[in-house]
Amino acid sequence: MAAPAATPARKPVGTLYRGREGMWSWVAHRVTGFAIFFFLLVHVLDTSLVRISPEAYNDVIGTYKNPVMGLGEAGLVAAIVFHAFNGLRIILVDFWAKGPRYQRVMLWVVMGLFVVTMAGFLPRHLMHVFGGE
Amino acid sequence: MSLVADPKAPRPPRARPSRLTTRGNTELYGWVFMRASGVVLVVLIFGHLFVNLVAGEGVKAIDFGFVAGKWASPFWQVWDLLMLWLAMIHGTNGVRTIVNDYAEKDTTRMVLKGLLYLAFVVVVVLGTLVIFTFDPCPSGSPADLLPSFCTE
Repeated sequence: MAAPAATPARKPVGTLYRGREGMWSWVAHRVTGFAIFFFLLVHVLDTSLVRISPEAYNDVIGTYKNPVMGLGEAGLVAAIVFHAFNGLRIILVDFWAKGPRYQRVMLWVVMGLFVVTMAGFLPRHLMHVFGGE
Repeated sequence: MSLVADPKAPRPPRARPSRLTTRGNTELYGWVFMRASGVVLVVLIFGHLFVNLVAGEGVKAIDFGFVAGKWASPFWQVWDLLMLWLAMIHGTNGVRTIVNDYAEKDTTRMVLKGLLYLAFVVVVVLGTLVIFTFDPCPSGSPADLLPSFCTE
């Protein structure tokens, strides 16, 4: 009996969730949340230096003003902005009767708000970091 | 004589699965807390980022005097305290979920969660103490590093 032509493992097309917007937004929510948490730990520790001396605090916070850290802050803010807007989307999916039906549309709204927010934030922040005034 | 059992008769104890049930509703409360604190944190953190990174000269302006100026006001003390507690509980619960999902060995899970809860206690206690015991005008520090109200 002729074996059927070797078909590559079929992609799970048509599953509601896997590989679609719902899954990727969930992954992104986890990754951003995890990263933000570890920044938060470091951020409380560096701020606590105000309790040691003004010099100690100014020295460490000074490192936040160099260009490399400035780009890191831009990444951090991007992670926070996505996590915030997508978190609100999750709340709407859970509590708004029509939320599940519009979850995909709402992800594009999240991305739109993300772009708008970052467009407002980035130029100003990068101007602060890289001088210019 | 009735064939229906006396409703006041004690029920035979149900056989319940010993392991797989969660005790109480803690996971439900956790789920609700993530959503409730999330909404508040959006406001608190966006406000924090705006005041510290966007307004004025942004990150360039942050130094001891900037922090001291903010914490001279109870408004920012409460703001930062609330942000610290809510963000730490929200973040710790989120990482706890991630550990539960991916750390399959019992010992690995216990160790990771132990470290997580230790970090939670250290950071929350330290941060709370700093906000409440902060001295904006420490004696012996050069005046140019301190907020202007120290010399008035």
